[in-house]
Amino acid sequence: MEFKEKLLDSHLAFEERIDLSDAIHQTRLESLKTFEQKGFPSRKDEAWKYTSLNAMVLKDYALFPQTETTIQLKKVKKYFLYEIDTYKVVFIDGVYSPFLSDTTHDGLDVCLMSAALSKAKYRSLIDTYFNKIINKEDSLTALNTAYAQEGAYVYIPKSVVAEKPIEIIHFSTGKEKALWLQPRNLIVVDQNAQVQILERHQSLKEHVVVTNSVTEIYAHQDAFVDYYKIQNDLSTASLIDNTYISQEKKSNVRVHTFSLGGKLTRNNLNFCLNGQHCHSTLKGVTLLEDQQHVDHYTLVDHASPKCESHQDYKGVFSEGSKGVFNGKIHVDQLAQKTNAFQQNNNILLDDKATVNTKPQLEIFADDVKCSHGCTVGQMDEDALFYMRSRGIPKKEAKALMTYAFANNVLESVELPILKKRINKLIAKKLGVNLGFDL
Amino acid sequence: MLTIENLHAQVEGKQILNGIDLDVKAGEVHAIMGPNGSGKSTLSSVIAGHQDYEVTKGNMLFQGEDLAKLSPEERAHKGIFLSFQYPVEIPGVSVTNFIKTSINASRKAKGMEDMTANLMLKKIREKSSLLEIDSRFLSRSLNEGFSGGEKKRNEIFQMAMLEPKLSILDETDSGLDIDALKIVANGVNKLRSNDNAIIVITHYQRLLEYIVPDFVHVIFDGKTVKSGTKDLAIELEEKGYDWIKEMV
Ligand SMILES: Nc1ncnc2c1ncn2[C@@H]1O[C@H](COP(=O)(O)OP(=O)(O)OP(=O)(O)O)[C@@H](O)[C@H]1O
Ligand SMILES: [Mg+2]
Repeated sequence: MEFKEKLLDSHLAFEERIDLSDAIHQTRLESLKTFEQKGFPSRKDEAWKYTSLNAMVLKDYALFPQTETTIQLKKVKKYFLYEIDTYKVVFIDGVYSPFLSDTTHDGLDVCLMSAALSKAKYRSLIDTYFNKIINKEDSLTALNTAYAQEGAYVYIPKSVVAEKPIEIIHFSTGKEKALWLQPRNLIVVDQNAQVQILERHQSLKEHVVVTNSVTEIYAHQDAFVDYYKIQNDLSTASLIDNTYISQEKKSNVRVHTFSLGGKLTRNNLNFCLNGQHCHSTLKGVTLLEDQQHVDHYTLVDHASPKCESHQDYKGVFSEGSKGVFNGKIHVDQLAQKTNAFQQNNNILLDDKATVNTKPQLEIFADDVKCSHGCTVGQMDEDALFYMRSRGIPKKEAKALMTYAFANNVLESVELPILKKRINKLIAKKLGVNLGFDL
Repeated sequence: MLTIENLHAQVEGKQILNGIDLDVKAGEVHAIMGPNGSGKSTLSSVIAGHQDYEVTKGNMLFQGEDLAKLSPEERAHKGIFLSFQYPVEIPGVSVTNFIKTSINASRKAKGMEDMTANLMLKKIREKSSLLEIDSRFLSRSLNEGFSGGEKKRNEIFQMAMLEPKLSILDETDSGLDIDALKIVANGVNKLRSNDNAIIVITHYQRLLEYIVPDFVHVIFDGKTVKSGTKDLAIELEEKGYDWIKEMV
């Protein structure tokens, strides 16, 4: 049986396990239909020209493990920001781990999607927000929705500043030989509220795992959302990340994506700016080797006037790795005085790595400041010689330049401990000890 | 310290150096002059080990050791320093972090521990005040957006930090205003000792009034065509290069 068939056939069994009266039963069924019609995307779709899921969907996967696997904290501690206090929503093979988590309902909600879907007191929030800003045409999002049940639910009420960052972490243990996960997150940040969130998917040993994740983020007026995606998984793990962000007046949302590992990663990052004076920041550092593949597919939809968006993605590729960047900026006819900037710069460390980069600008307003630029280059040889002539060995000189290249993306990271971690990760990936304290 | 004999070198198949001879001993200052395009910067690149330049004939010995087999970083570790005619911009790395990395790389190559943060700071303070460099300047990205003069001053700051045995200053005077020239020349003179040597590449006699050379060489068409004392530089300033060209 093809995997698609399995997904369609298994749905009944999936819904049997959950409460059919829950808020999204109907939405699930409709989404399953969409997926049935559209199937998995193929390279014939313009949006998937450079990323093929063929090999991935030819395999068979376990769909929903039910029993919790326990893992010792000390084995996974390093994947947390253990140096500081955080809220945690942790899943092991798709199943919530109360032991590793640290949730709250005290002044704000940091809890489980399954709880929010089944409890009456969340009903109106779910009705208002769930599945409202996703792309209805997107088959992978539809597939996720059809199986939506578990993930993180975050609600930050009006004028509340979440005083601790929230970590959303998915571990996979390898208990299943091949596992297909579909976490669903909903994050609502009300007026003038603030939150910092970290999301990470991590396999604990080499085994096939595919995560098809959907996250909806609502930033109300004057809200601030600072979101970090840490993608440093093992080379057997793949991730399709579908993130949808809706911004109201004067809100500020920043998403940093650090793609430092994994087999195949696709980041569909969608921003819709619905009110005036929104600020949106999309930044990424991609550092790949081996046969790794990362595809950033961004959309910033300027639907209102006087908003500002900044995209800055840097990539460093070596060996057979492959990078794709497709950045779309849409400026609505109404969206006068839009400032939209996009930058994608790449370094190829050798001639086996490849990069495809494409800006897409659709501008229907006339009073707009818009810029984009993409570069693909080798390491600057003159700079390399300059550094070597000052005694810095070739390998370290390259690392220093790569570090410097990625540096301005890290500058805007507002969690110092995370910044340090990422810096160290980059240095480690490059196999060198930089001669100064990061 | 540095002995160059009959050096020939090419880049991208183009022959540029056609017989350079130079013998620099510890404690000496040598000036190299010559018209534009005669091969002065090429010579300094070849000494520093630039991979694009291929030595086709002749040899270079540094403290008795054949330079040909050494990478640029190994040459630096042995004490060769090149102040670039056109210093390269390195966005994202501050002057301070760069010099720390540079110093510790050389120390590591010699089997030494990293310099302590205190000592590093002290040294940075001392050398930046010698060259009258503002401390705010040190946290800027290396050479990025620096003026021509600032870049040159920064090169000599690095030289002062690294304390090389052999320094090659490629047109360090160009781009410096009169006051800066004095400050930089004074800095260079403070670093002079009986153990190190300096090669100054310049078009102008003025720098040589501050950094007084023991020998002056003229390079023309990739060859050392004339050597003399500091008076040769004065003669060149008066007469230009035509009389040399006629001699060749
Ligand atoms: N990478 C290169 N490729 C091709 N030609 C080169 C290269 N580097 C140097 N040359 C040529 O070699 C010759 C010597 O250049 P070089 O820079 O050494 O001259 P110079 O004496 O330093 O001149 P200036 O006084 O103008 O600084 C020039 O004709 C230059 O164009
Ligand atoms: Mg020159």
